[in-house]
Amino acid sequence: FIKMSGGARLENANPVIFQRSGERLLTASEEDEDVHDPIDDREIFDILSINDPEHPLSLEELNVVEQIRVQVDDAGNTVGVEFTPTIPHCSMATLIGLSIKVKLLRSLPDRFKIDVHITPGTHASEEAVNKQLADKERVAAALENSSLLEVVNQCLSTRTI
Amino acid sequence: MKESLSLVQRLSAHPDSRCWFVSWSPNGTLLASCGGDKAVRIWGREGDSWICKNVLQDGHQRTVRKVAWSPCGNYLASASFDATTCIWKKKNDDFESLTVLEGHENEVKCVAWAPSGNLLATCSRDKSVWVWEVDEEDEYECVTVVNSHTQDVKHVVWHPNQELLASASYDNNICIYKEEDDDWECRATLHGHTSTVWSLCFDATGQRLASCSDDRTVKIWKEYPNESGQGDLSWKCVCTLSGFHGRTVYDIAWCRLTGALVTACGDDGVRVFKEDETASPDEPVFSLAAQVTKAHSQDVNCVAWNPKEAGLLASCSDDGEIAIWRFQEEN
Repeated sequence: FIKMSGGARLENANPVIFQRSGERLLTASEEDEDVHDPIDDREIFDILSINDPEHPLSLEELNVVEQIRVQVDDAGNTVGVEFTPTIPHCSMATLIGLSIKVKLLRSLPDRFKIDVHITPGTHASEEAVNKQLADKERVAAALENSSLLEVVNQCLSTRTI
Repeated sequence: MKESLSLVQRLSAHPDSRCWFVSWSPNGTLLASCGGDKAVRIWGREGDSWICKNVLQDGHQRTVRKVAWSPCGNYLASASFDATTCIWKKKNDDFESLTVLEGHENEVKCVAWAPSGNLLATCSRDKSVWVWEVDEEDEYECVTVVNSHTQDVKHVVWHPNQELLASASYDNNICIYKEEDDDWECRATLHGHTSTVWSLCFDATGQRLASCSDDRTVKIWKEYPNESGQGDLSWKCVCTLSGFHGRTVYDIAWCRLTGALVTACGDDGVRVFKEDETASPDEPVFSLAAQVTKAHSQDVNCVAWNPKEAGLLASCSDDGEIAIWRFQEEN
């Protein structure tokens, strides 16, 4: 699925860092326990606080994921996330996409269909990466590989700063 | 004529896991299923309901992706992400592991028995298709490794009455293989799908092939004698069904008894199509006869017609369940 190289040099040594979005302000309806809250793009975006594989920074801080690139249709049971690799030849793109997919699969109810793909025009192999991420058989087999699963889990672990 | 697809029974087949595939035994009395829990289960009828008769737990180290019965019904093959194919022998009411076929470099995606019972085909993410021969002493030997696809091979299926094999791949193509001088080789490549081809099936006579894809279409292919008159095969796409499926079509099955086509879709639906009898054989027309849009609570991975009981259908899903359906045509 992915070739993990053991090299020490970082691919993107000086990434641009973006500001984190603030805490979400709750509306009265959202605070009411009896009202079913449809899942919306902010909630998905909050689920996606994922670590970058190379830097002690989150994907949000690197602008790899943005709230505006999250599309949720709660009634239609679909979630779409576009992510933007920091550089067009990023070899971590598949890993990042897989981490996003896994985070959503683990966090969302089973009824959701999840599509994760690269923001069009931002990666040299976006078609190949998108096709792998869309193939659930490939994703399932990859996640049975314990070393790959370990790397993904590291991206998804809550950081203690 | 009004058609309907009604639920007979739901089975919680592979709890906390996904059920990837179901396959009826040749005499139609047993249903084998397999899934992400690494197990194979055998289901049989007791009175009016289907119950679990056997659980084959220790054959594989990873997901079991597909299962296939031998034509005589005495053997079951299981293909796994652990890169092996296990052959089980039915002994009275139990199954014992006979042998394990190794050789593929990574996940085995499919296994299929030839109608003769002497040949087996497997395919894998390693891009190859292997043909195995089995002799009277239950010894298995690989006779050919074919590398015609450029990507992951998802499915292999044998022609119903000729020694001919077809495969479907992540490279968007279908390959047709024939034996030449003890070696199997690709004789035709069918282009047309615009994304991964997930599954294939032949009709009862083997003159036509149906394929289904991530491009959300189903294609029907027909064999034509080659223009130049030489032995080579030429298959043309004579029909494309589009607009019916909301997501990837994972499986397709052609009923040998009634000619009905059924699909398994990632939009959770099961759909049955019937052929218009008045259309020309070179331009067949299929229309949607019945569908259950929410057949399962998640993706439907497989559909299979019972080989002996017309209209009896099994489906399975990422939700871990198997559903048994009855397709009926009422006058």
